Amino acid sequence: MSDQPQFTVKVDQNKYLPVGGREVHAIVSVESSGGARAGGAAAEAAEVIIIDTSGSMSYPDSKLQAAIEAAQVAVDTLRDGVHFAVIAGSNDAKLVYPGGPPLVRADAATRRKARVALARLQAGGGTAIGSWLRLADELFDAHQDGIRHAILLTDGMNQHETPDQLDAVLQRCSGRFVCDCRGVGTNWEVAELRKIASALLGSVDIVADPADLVADFQAMTEAAMGKAVADVMLRVWTPKTAAVKFVKQVMPSVEDLTGRRVEAAPQAGDYPIGAWGAESRDYHVCVEVPPAAVGTELRAAWIKLVLPGTADRAEQVLATGNVLAQWTDDEAQSTKINPRVAHYTGQAELAQAIQEGLAAREAGDLDTATARLARAVRLADEAGNDAITSMLRKVVDVVDPATGTVRLRKNVDKADVMSLDTRSTKTVRTRRGEG
Amino acid sequence: MTGDRGTAEAVELGCPACREVVYPGEEFCEACGQRLDPHSGSAPVRLRRCTGCAATTIDADGYCEHCGLRQPADRDHVEVELPDGAAAGVSDRGLRYSRNEDALAIAPWRGGVAVVVCDGVGSSPRPEDASEAAAETAVASLVAALDDGTDAESAMRTAIARAGDAVAALAGSPNEAPSCTLVATVVAPGAVTVGWVGDSRAYWLAASAGGSRRLTDDDSWAAAMVAEGALTEAEAEAHPNAHVITAWLGADAEDIAPHVRTHPVEGPGAVVVCSDGLWNYLPEPEQLTDVLTAASGAPPQAVPPLEAAGLLVRHALDAGGRDNVTVAVVPVPQAPAAQDAPCANSSVPPTTEQPR
Repeated sequence: MSDQPQFTVKVDQNKYLPVGGREVHAIVSVESSGGARAGGAAAEAAEVIIIDTSGSMSYPDSKLQAAIEAAQVAVDTLRDGVHFAVIAGSNDAKLVYPGGPPLVRADAATRRKARVALARLQAGGGTAIGSWLRLADELFDAHQDGIRHAILLTDGMNQHETPDQLDAVLQRCSGRFVCDCRGVGTNWEVAELRKIASALLGSVDIVADPADLVADFQAMTEAAMGKAVADVMLRVWTPKTAAVKFVKQVMPSVEDLTGRRVEAAPQAGDYPIGAWGAESRDYHVCVEVPPAAVGTELRAAWIKLVLPGTADRAEQVLATGNVLAQWTDDEAQSTKINPRVAHYTGQAELAQAIQEGLAAREAGDLDTATARLARAVRLADEAGNDAITSMLRKVVDVVDPATGTVRLRKNVDKADVMSLDTRSTKTVRTRRGEG
Repeated sequence: MTGDRGTAEAVELGCPACREVVYPGEEFCEACGQRLDPHSGSAPVRLRRCTGCAATTIDADGYCEHCGLRQPADRDHVEVELPDGAAAGVSDRGLRYSRNEDALAIAPWRGGVAVVVCDGVGSSPRPEDASEAAAETAVASLVAALDDGTDAESAMRTAIARAGDAVAALAGSPNEAPSCTLVATVVAPGAVTVGWVGDSRAYWLAASAGGSRRLTDDDSWAAAMVAEGALTEAEAEAHPNAHVITAWLGADAEDIAPHVRTHPVEGPGAVVVCSDGLWNYLPEPEQLTDVLTAASGAPPQAVPPLEAAGLLVRHALDAGGRDNVTVAVVPVPQAPAAQDAPCANSSVPPTTEQPR
């Protein structure tokens, strides 16, 4: 597979532990370069675009119109030969194009027909996102060997099915396709859409103004078309006596993967990290090891980037890296915190502080809200996360940046609160002027 | 060190595919069914067991695939011994470092023994490569020159220059220059020639009281301060800079000006050559003698050299083993004219010719 990207794994850590130390932290950077877009045959890919057509999409009518235009642009952005479909979602899911399964290959004719079908969409009915995803899953069934990507657009809460129904669908769909989720307007629920995106290894974002949908859909589709390899696994081997405490994606956004572990081999678990084009992502791995004598050096984790085998291809190890532990009684060595570990630890706490602060604000617990958001202001400043700092400043007034004293703002635009909540997990790689 | 039955039995054979233990005569691995055929490239392999958990799964990077422990590298503990107890040395990783950056080389020449000890500079890249290249190059150069009849001091200068070139050649750039110290000794009848760069040392331990002395002067900040009269020895040693070396081998070293000296020695006694991993704990020659006599009940030259080197290394490890520690010992018996000493080593002629 010469069209496959080249992967590298880099480990950043301070391997030195104090006497009796147990916790080993490391930032694992995974980078891929080259691949399908650089030339040669493109990877097999399937794309399903899901548009919310519930009744609320026509309040105002421009919302549905913007969604239709965005979906049309997404269809136009599909590479020739990509299998695709468009779904309209309300109380249940309907195929907009093609008229029935299976997916069709994109070419000038199918793209034109899809555009026409989209233009005829009308709004009506409720919101049952699980049923939309279930249809997408069925459509992806025949394409499990290639890249599988969906775009989900909604403007409301999942009111016409139970949370249990949605959870069951998410469990079923997890690992079957990647889904990027977008909420348009401000009547949808951030936590709900985040849960869907997270289960399906996709991104979540807010498009407060329907006019911005076209550009967003185009970017999302272009990114999906850039993917060259699907279903990559981060395999973490640990010593018999050690245990993985957590595995988190920390760049481009914070995503706890700990619970996604699938046992892969004795002492090794796989964490699914989805489809990859030319890009880089960072992971924070924490392993607990039993303390050993000063001078002892241990491989605390062996990181392997794995492409699982299929019927006609053996499992492939794309890159590897070592997380080490070595005990020392030299405090100058053991107390040095790796700057990247510190940087991402701070940003993971930042996301948590924002989400807790906004939840407390919503619940009317203004003291907690003020305290948590003050902490967030300080962490965002420390991390150099300017995007989050400017969003925080729309929700709180910073009285004293040095001490992190803030005051909750009155008359805050709901879109600003939702933007802050949705984007709270977005991280930056390094502070200005560092690394 | 000899191949007795115990060591022969310690060799375990394993399946080349799954590394389960297999026994002579088995045609197939009982665990995985692999055919065990020495003629078709599937011969049983020698098993390496983890020093921590005894699992046989040591991967190519040297980590145990069961408990993760990094296995001791070949250089973590090295013992070298010349035939007939002419000289021996021990080099050990110590307790605080993850690898041994010292290197040791001992070789016989037709008039005696040549010993080289090098200590990789920890702040340089790949110091273990530097020390190894320097020790190997220097000892080979010494033996070749000495066997050719070159005088010891000339041979020493040439050897150190060549070692310096070998270390400099390892550097990718002057900013990426592996470096090390070097101390070399040529033990010849009636004289010991020493040459050094840095703070690795040689000592003469005399059998008679009062005759012991250090044969080298460190290229270090402390030694420079004392030499200038700026500080007393005690003050200099107490300073944080005390052990900063002022000369070394490496591409980033300025003109290497090795010290070369010849000391007449009248046996009996012993030459000890060591890295600072030993002398940090035992700076005075009398202390070295005390450790040897306390443990063995014999004067320095009467302790078999491998045992003597082992005792001194053990002392450094017991004292904390903060650094790599390397010790070589060359016993110098009484001059041939003198009476035989009543000890095991007396059978070794003082000017042993070693054709190897």
